[in-house]
Amino acid sequence: MVRVDGNHDGTALISARDLDKAYQRGGETIHVLQGLNLDVEKGEFVAFMGPSGSGKTTLLNLIGGLDVPTDGAIRVAGEEINRLSGRKLAAWRGRHVGFVFQMYNLIPVLTAFQNVELPVLLTKLSKAERRRHVETALSVVGLADRMNHYPRQLSGGQEQRVAIARAIVADPTFLLCDEPTGDLDRRSADEVLELLSRLVHEHGKTILMVTHDPRAAERAHVVLHLDKGVLVEGRRKGA
Amino acid sequence: MKYLPLVVKNLLRKKTRTLLTVLSIAVALFLYGLLVTIHGAFYQGVEMAGADRLVVRNRTSLIMPLPISYKERMLQIDGVAEVAHATWFGGVYQDERNFFVQFAIEPEPYLRMYPEFVISKVQLAEFMRDRESCLAGRKLVERFGWKVGDRIPIKGTIWPGVWEFNLRAIYDGKRPEDDTTQFMFRYDYLDERRQFGQGTVGWYMVKVKNPDDSGKICRAIDTRFANSPYETVTEPEKVFMTGFVKQMGNIELLILSIGAVVLFTLLLVTGNTMAMAVRERIGEIGVLKTVGFSDRAVLVLVLGESMTIAGIGGIIGIGLAKLFTLGGDPTHGFLPVFYFPPAKIVWGLILATAVGLASGLVPAVGAMRLKIVDALRRV
Repeated sequence: MVRVDGNHDGTALISARDLDKAYQRGGETIHVLQGLNLDVEKGEFVAFMGPSGSGKTTLLNLIGGLDVPTDGAIRVAGEEINRLSGRKLAAWRGRHVGFVFQMYNLIPVLTAFQNVELPVLLTKLSKAERRRHVETALSVVGLADRMNHYPRQLSGGQEQRVAIARAIVADPTFLLCDEPTGDLDRRSADEVLELLSRLVHEHGKTILMVTHDPRAAERAHVVLHLDKGVLVEGRRKGA
Repeated sequence: MKYLPLVVKNLLRKKTRTLLTVLSIAVALFLYGLLVTIHGAFYQGVEMAGADRLVVRNRTSLIMPLPISYKERMLQIDGVAEVAHATWFGGVYQDERNFFVQFAIEPEPYLRMYPEFVISKVQLAEFMRDRESCLAGRKLVERFGWKVGDRIPIKGTIWPGVWEFNLRAIYDGKRPEDDTTQFMFRYDYLDERRQFGQGTVGWYMVKVKNPDDSGKICRAIDTRFANSPYETVTEPEKVFMTGFVKQMGNIELLILSIGAVVLFTLLLVTGNTMAMAVRERIGEIGVLKTVGFSDRAVLVLVLGESMTIAGIGGIIGIGLAKLFTLGGDPTHGFLPVFYFPPAKIVWGLILATAVGLASGLVPAVGAMRLKIVDALRRV
């Protein structure tokens, strides 16, 4: 169940309350998000749509602990993340969040295997355990045979699948995808979307995705529209 | 250690730049090795000077002699344990370029005064038995391929004629840094053959019973010979050796100045490399932080890179310097103890590490403070 009215029973996996985010630009205060409420339960696939500059990526950054709100609170699995110190927040991100970006953001000098291994390097797993996790993640995205390839040796779709493998390798609580198909052709985009759907339906992952693409949004259970910093519920699948 | 592949991959990202930076550090540390070796060569006498040894020389100049009769008079001074003398010979072996120091010595007291010179008992007995004998250091013997029993002709420049010596003994140093390039022969042979200056010596070495009394004994010796035709200046061996080195100019300041310029340039070169390396991958640093790398881990990664570059460059430079110094004195006699000691090698490696740390610190702190959202905009 996804709600944007702030009236939830408190069992949501992700919960944002009265979220404000403002930036100072040239002496002017720009309010990107204003009094935003959001509750997302485990296993949901939520798409955020809206015009450029509406605050979609900012919202994702706040939920992922990449940025801090000006006001309000974000709770994930009962933990109020905006109260965590920088060091604890970094550890929290590593443990709970998988990020997928529009431009894949793979490290070009590392192989697919090494890119996927990055999040688990931070854990106490042994080398053999890390290898097992990475191989599993690459198998899930169908790239087990490309683990020794460098990003430049992969197509855009394959790079994004490696990025998804990196996002899921540490078995995070939820995934944040910022226009994951924005730089892909239709076929590759469909493959990536199919993969994200499988992660939700077969692996029970929770995904929050920002997109401009209506076909991508169709895959989500719920589509939320963000305009001028205010969140409005749009289509709900099956409704 | 699990971050090491990441550090290595980042260093190999721009191979030419990394190689050039490593080479610049290697050259700088090679230069460091040479500078400390040259410094050591100049100041070897100062560092090795005995705290219980004094040098007595003619007040007018070191090249002016002193009477041999002074020895007995100095031995009468309270606190003096031993007196030995030496006289500069200044001869030429085969060619003027084959420079090495030659002294005429009174063997027994002189060698007692310098216990750091190690000679076999058999060879010492041979040296004492033969009036035309000579004693040479190991490096000097190796330089000219001499062996015990060889007859060595030396052309006198102060006292004319060809002087022939029988090599009866070879001495080694107790420590690697001891000077084993000296050539010594018997004073009685010199005094008997020379055409002038009989009954005089170049300078005296005085061993004191208690080094704390050195100042008092220096004054007592100089007072005893005051207002005589051969007035003296007496000073601790360390002071004498320092003054001797300073006659050639302020070597220490010169070496320190060159070293400081090299170090500063090195910091700029390495610091610039690291700053460029960090600037080029701000987006990637943002990604690392996104997937959970803490600010401190990013700091360590960047410092790890700069210290790896500096460490490899340092090892290469120091290694080359050591190899170079193993070849011995490149001036063939002017720097007799051309030795790069282990302690200075360790200091060189510490210096390289410090350069790595200092040059990487500013970019590393910048990377550490980078906000993820700002970094990701640079992808």
